[in-house]
Amino acid sequence: MNCEPDNKGYWGEFGGRFVPETLVAPLDELNEAYLASRDDPEFHAELADLLNHYSGRPTSLYYARRLSEEVGGAQIYLKREDLNHTGAHKINNCLGQILLARRMGKTRIVAETGAGQHGVATATVCALFGLKCVVYMGSEDIRRQELNVFRMQLLGAEVRSVDTGSRTLKDAINEALRDWVSNISDTYYLLGSALGPHPYPLMVREFQSVIGREARRQILEETGKLPDLLVACVGGGSNAIGLFHPFLDDENVQMTGVEAGGRGAALGEHAARFAKGAAVGVLQGTRSYVLQDDDGNIASTHSVSAGLDYASVGPEHSYLRDIGRIKYDSVTDAEALDAFQLLSRTEGIIPALESAHAIAYAVKQAPKMQREQIMIVNVSGRGDKDVDSVRQLLNGGEK
Amino acid sequence: MSDRITENLKNGRGFIPFVTAGDPDDETSLEILKLLAARGANVIELGVPFSDPMADGVVIQRSSQRALDRGVNLASVLSLAAKLRVSSDVPLVLFSYLNPILRFGIDGLCSAAKKSGVDGILIVDAVDDEARELADKFAEHGISLISLVSPTTSDGRLENICRNARGFIYAVSRAGVTGAANSHSNEAELLAARVRKFTDLPIAVGFGISTAEQVENVWKFADAAVVGSAIVAEIEASIKANDALARVEALLDQLLPLQKAAHTHKVEGSRL
Ligand SMILES: Cc1ncc(COP(=O)(O)O)c(C=O)c1O
Repeated sequence: MNCEPDNKGYWGEFGGRFVPETLVAPLDELNEAYLASRDDPEFHAELADLLNHYSGRPTSLYYARRLSEEVGGAQIYLKREDLNHTGAHKINNCLGQILLARRMGKTRIVAETGAGQHGVATATVCALFGLKCVVYMGSEDIRRQELNVFRMQLLGAEVRSVDTGSRTLKDAINEALRDWVSNISDTYYLLGSALGPHPYPLMVREFQSVIGREARRQILEETGKLPDLLVACVGGGSNAIGLFHPFLDDENVQMTGVEAGGRGAALGEHAARFAKGAAVGVLQGTRSYVLQDDDGNIASTHSVSAGLDYASVGPEHSYLRDIGRIKYDSVTDAEALDAFQLLSRTEGIIPALESAHAIAYAVKQAPKMQREQIMIVNVSGRGDKDVDSVRQLLNGGEK
Repeated sequence: MSDRITENLKNGRGFIPFVTAGDPDDETSLEILKLLAARGANVIELGVPFSDPMADGVVIQRSSQRALDRGVNLASVLSLAAKLRVSSDVPLVLFSYLNPILRFGIDGLCSAAKKSGVDGILIVDAVDDEARELADKFAEHGISLISLVSPTTSDGRLENICRNARGFIYAVSRAGVTGAANSHSNEAELLAARVRKFTDLPIAVGFGISTAEQVENVWKFADAAVVGSAIVAEIEASIKANDALARVEALLDQLLPLQKAAHTHKVEGSRL
């Protein structure tokens, strides 16, 4: 199937470039540099080298025997993005974009972060290339992901707290955009998910597709067949599109993106952009599904997981959902917390709370499938960053 | 293709104030608009509050949030515009982000805006084809889409933007967000000169203009100066003492000393 956006960055009606005029020129410059890198074997060789020797790719595809036995039904394989350097899939995208930033001669990197994983990965690649790094993070997220704030600082990045709006990922993106527009000559905006104005959603998807390319090869090598179902959590959508994209032409492979159901179905209590009442809108440079009120103001969201706590979703997901290629569902905070513990106890793998959403969906779905069916679940990150919050949540009440 | 906006700016030394609609409250907001009109605003920009104003600095972000907290939305902005229309024919331009407009509905907005006496609409985050489509729709209702250009805009883009522009060209003085800044660069002047090659429409310069000296300077190379955050900051500072009108008036006295003289004169004259 054709999943290239048109040259303006649209998948159907989704995507595009909705930015203040000042950002048009830097986005054009970025697009040009990106397209040139895409056709340059040297760029790909350098990226592959970093992915392999620095980040430790390929990450393993691991058959979760005890988990599969515990829940019954399909065989559950885990794509272990948690084993990447820095502990999440975010580094795949950061390595690609930092090479691009260097080619463009930029000396200062700005980024937003929700869970802190993208911030840590950005701070890491900036340390690796000796570039100045500023990370914007909502003060609510700073509170719940303290450890990652210190990690970023250790890596030499400056973390700037954002106190506007819901004080989470969306607000950090606003602030990063404001920084970028004010410093375009030397600054590169290293966006962390398959979001934002063209060419970011395309570029991030391409850099993350290494996940799906590896998984496809690995499952074929190991089992001789393609999986029946792919499962990944969807915040902005980068780990999910990275896993899904290389399988889109495999008609018999089904895919489910798992959103944050939070603590209820009312607007403001969740981050399920595709849930009932979903509406298309424009936020932060792209047209996609957006949680919003009747006046078109962006709704606040809630999730136990900072990385999924965002009011919009990458435009390619909206397209793939509307044409029916990918299904989207949500799990609640409580279900994710259960899955967090289940995977820890059955497999000795502590997943990120984001990834625990995918696990939670998988353990509900597997029993409805046959024993010979195969499911691949993306473990987008490891849970060390969440251990403290989970401890407090399990000990009763919010931190 | 001359409209009321263009007409009102063609003599140069133009003044375009920006305020967020409904800040600090509906009544005071209307009084502020009347004051601005009485004090010789050539065009007024009326900000539609939005939850995620990514092109705005902190002052306008906060005023936007205050207005939202009071429930201001596009419908109430239009009703404020209509109320001003009763007593003033100053051209009004809505200044908005795209999402509230999409949610309201373009067709509905066109007729409602027309009814409320709105002359133009500037949409911060619509460019290229998306802007052109909106411009065409608006034009069917006699409403001008106001185009914004920036020092980063290439000549090729300028030519295109100017060819389709109406009302006036809003030239951003620097790459950045709204808000006062003491930049002494000549970026705005260079931009105005480039724009001038492609259009006879009036050119207004905005972003970071907060002193009489800056206004005078803009008038040397452009037709009008836009002042936003400086006024909005006075409104914010007025909330405790509830003296918004006095504060805005004092700021206008500073910004436009000559208009002050003329205004005083007129007021005295009318007393005779
Ligand atoms: C481990 C992990 N998984 C998933 C996400 C969600 O982002 P995306 O949907 O772009 O993969 C995050 C974001 O912070 C994350 O840290």
